[in-house]
Amino acid sequence: MQDYFYSLGDALFKKLEGNEQLLLGFTGEDSDFVRLNHNKIRQAGNVAQRTLSLDLIEGKRHAEASVDLAGDNEQDLRQLVETLKILRQQRVLLPEDPYLNFPTDINHSEYHHDNEVIYSHEAVEQVVKAAAGMDLAGILANGTQYSGFANSMGQRNWHSSANFNFDWSCYHAKDKAVKSSYAGFDWQQEKLAAKVETIKHQLAMISRPSKTIDPGSYRAYLAPSAVNEIINLMSWGGFGLKSHRTKTTPLIQMLEQGRTLASSISLSENHARGLAPIFSSDGFIKPDQVQLINSGAYQDCLVSSRSAMEYDSVTNAESEYPGALDLAAGELPGEEILKELDTGLYINNLWYLNFSDRNACQLTGMTRFACFWVENGEIQAPVDVMRFDDSVYDLLGTNLLGLTEDRELILDSSSYGQRSNRSIELPGVLVKELRLTL
Amino acid sequence: MNDYLNQVARQFSSIAPDADFWTLRLTNETRESISVRQGVMQPVYNQLARGALLTVVSGDGCGYAATSDLSPGGLKKAVRKASDWALQSSDLGLLKANDYPRPESKAWYETPVEQHWDALPLNDKVALLQDANKALKINDSIVDWQAYLGYRCDDILFISSAGAHIEQRLHYINPGLVAVANKGSLTQYRTGGGSQSGRQGGLEQLSLLDFPQAAAPLAEQAVALLSADECPQGTMDVVLAPSQMILQIHESIGHPLELDRILGDERNYAGTSFVTQDMFGHYRYGSDLLNVTFDPGRTEQLASYAYDDEGTLAQREYIIRNGILERPLGGASSQARTGMAGVANARQADWFRPPIDRMANLNVEPGNASVEDMISKVEHGVYMETNRSWSIDDSRNKFQFGCELGRVIENGELKGLVRNPNYRGISATFWRSLVSVGDEGSFRVQGVTNCGKGEPNQAIYVGHASPTCHFSNVDVFGGAA
Repeated sequence: MQDYFYSLGDALFKKLEGNEQLLLGFTGEDSDFVRLNHNKIRQAGNVAQRTLSLDLIEGKRHAEASVDLAGDNEQDLRQLVETLKILRQQRVLLPEDPYLNFPTDINHSEYHHDNEVIYSHEAVEQVVKAAAGMDLAGILANGTQYSGFANSMGQRNWHSSANFNFDWSCYHAKDKAVKSSYAGFDWQQEKLAAKVETIKHQLAMISRPSKTIDPGSYRAYLAPSAVNEIINLMSWGGFGLKSHRTKTTPLIQMLEQGRTLASSISLSENHARGLAPIFSSDGFIKPDQVQLINSGAYQDCLVSSRSAMEYDSVTNAESEYPGALDLAAGELPGEEILKELDTGLYINNLWYLNFSDRNACQLTGMTRFACFWVENGEIQAPVDVMRFDDSVYDLLGTNLLGLTEDRELILDSSSYGQRSNRSIELPGVLVKELRLTL
Repeated sequence: MNDYLNQVARQFSSIAPDADFWTLRLTNETRESISVRQGVMQPVYNQLARGALLTVVSGDGCGYAATSDLSPGGLKKAVRKASDWALQSSDLGLLKANDYPRPESKAWYETPVEQHWDALPLNDKVALLQDANKALKINDSIVDWQAYLGYRCDDILFISSAGAHIEQRLHYINPGLVAVANKGSLTQYRTGGGSQSGRQGGLEQLSLLDFPQAAAPLAEQAVALLSADECPQGTMDVVLAPSQMILQIHESIGHPLELDRILGDERNYAGTSFVTQDMFGHYRYGSDLLNVTFDPGRTEQLASYAYDDEGTLAQREYIIRNGILERPLGGASSQARTGMAGVANARQADWFRPPIDRMANLNVEPGNASVEDMISKVEHGVYMETNRSWSIDDSRNKFQFGCELGRVIENGELKGLVRNPNYRGISATFWRSLVSVGDEGSFRVQGVTNCGKGEPNQAIYVGHASPTCHFSNVDVFGGAA
């Protein structure tokens, strides 16, 4: 795949005219997707896709395109030469772009992790066997993802990764279920079996008669998956330089009023984790880390190449939406969580968050999957789904009691357009109050 | 129609799998997007997405393979991969041989277009967007502003081993306007002109979406919201404009009625449904005034088509009539699994994703009330426009929505603006509080361009049309400020 991309690039660079520059980005995957319902295959198939992005530049004028590739050099080149013609025709009709920004120094990079993880048929058979008698629903994605960059100045970058992501849940009845995931680079049947056993244990708890909670404020523990949903929503414009300068960030009160989160909250974009390419689609090399929030105070923004030019800053991200977040751990031992919670809600998952007041970073959302009522440090009953409405400044600020010392690495299972390579590593949090409304 | 896709289809006939049944869906999708933000032209973006989805049925098994390699060699590989998965799922599969539809129709369909996208040269489109930017930037309180235009054309050729040959060419227009006003730590948005909605058709749709004429009014409203009161709190009436009704329909009628959710396919991701199969035919979903249709024939709507992606003829059907739930949103496969009548709504968002049950066009039919009459009957309430926040539980029951703009209604009269209007409720009872449905005068065709669902994930266009509607006894509140 890498050789094909580079050879296609070399052929295209020979087609350039005058002082043109060309930036090429490549994304692709060869993945199996197996969807399961009732522990049987609902839909199963393979997706082989390859897309080339082009940015044709002359001076400060440019136009962009993306083209799905067939994988046949002659056919693809014919199509791409046609695309270059269209971009040239468009470019002359466009004004200069004052924020056009691309690297002119050369930084090569190459990362390969291409060994097939497991044969997908075998993985599915293991899942169905391990979960025999259980009502399992979920998706197994398994295969290799590719990213590349090449420009007419000679820079070449490549990243390929073979990995799997099995995102699944097991149901007791109606909406009572336990969620799990198993993702990585080294599929081990024993690990899958251990996760299934954990689920069986939790299913036993969730099969108890459920408790309906009245609206009100409750002490609560939010597991890492639940905290991830909160951080995800904060990421909708929260950390980008453009959103900060246009006053659209939901963290605007941190900028304008100097509001802070708890001093134990430190959040960074950890590009060095290495699950996503270290290069951006326009050829910039990302720094190892960008400290977004430091000891509760806002520090730096994610800066795209366009924002860097517009605001005289330095490019430090692919886009201004984070992809490798890292929330610092706290000191709460895992075995102490129930004891410290004492009486309240143990929330494993939150769902469908959105802003009820973006300026105040006030969020609403639902509890989902295995959430429990706890009394005197012991799980009493699963709870029916409830809506919460609360502020990040309270949840991760004034009402934050602690973060766990253990963190969980969550590999994003989403696959809109293509499989995600986003990830986050984060602890669970204990809060004094979580406001339930419906 | 598309000569290239037809050529690929002819070549495929010589390498088609020796299976019980197969379908091949070929797609050639082109897009062009142009945008001017804060007076600065953003990079023009062109897209060509082209590929095939081959589905093979063998016994009780079914497998698919998606590839952008449309050469005979590439399609041969796809045949092997799809056949492998069909074999694998024959023992472990959920569906049986009879669950898979075997379409044989021959048809052709194209979105009616009066003024084609190419009729306006690129530099004229840029000038239009620059003018809209000037209209949006009314004063220094406007801190961000944007006007954009997008065009998409999907050529789709669907063939099957039973002889189906269905060609469809769908044209989409996606305009939008955004105005952001700020004062200190208070920011307010207004969007319109087709923002996040769009239509099928050509440039003639722009004026019908108030593009670009809505630019200055939107900016004025955004600035006015900075000094508006917070939305009042309490149980009161709400009058929802079509720009909010589309989300109310989408989340609390559309999703819970999707048959694949009811069957549990979506439980791990988008969720399940509070609706069960036994409720169809008698369950009171809303008041007598609620009439909801699946209408693929309203040609300007985002999800209009002649056949769905399982090759089923698309026809208008009542989903809810006079408040009673009639039929689910389930395509041919889901209908076979349940024995229930459904609609032609098995759709795929991209060439590389398999079809699943989607909403397509789902509309609230007009009633008899003018908006003026509706307002005049409200003693105390809030009128709300344009969705900006949406959240609902995984059974699609407990919801909370927020809007960009509200107006207090007192004693039958619209009063001043209020900001951060929110309301919450429960789907199972909310629609029963529908007390008035607007007439054709307030009926608007809009939609949603980012409906997410499915594993692997698919974001798809769906159409919604609605008049203004009046609900009683709703839990209303403002922001945290």
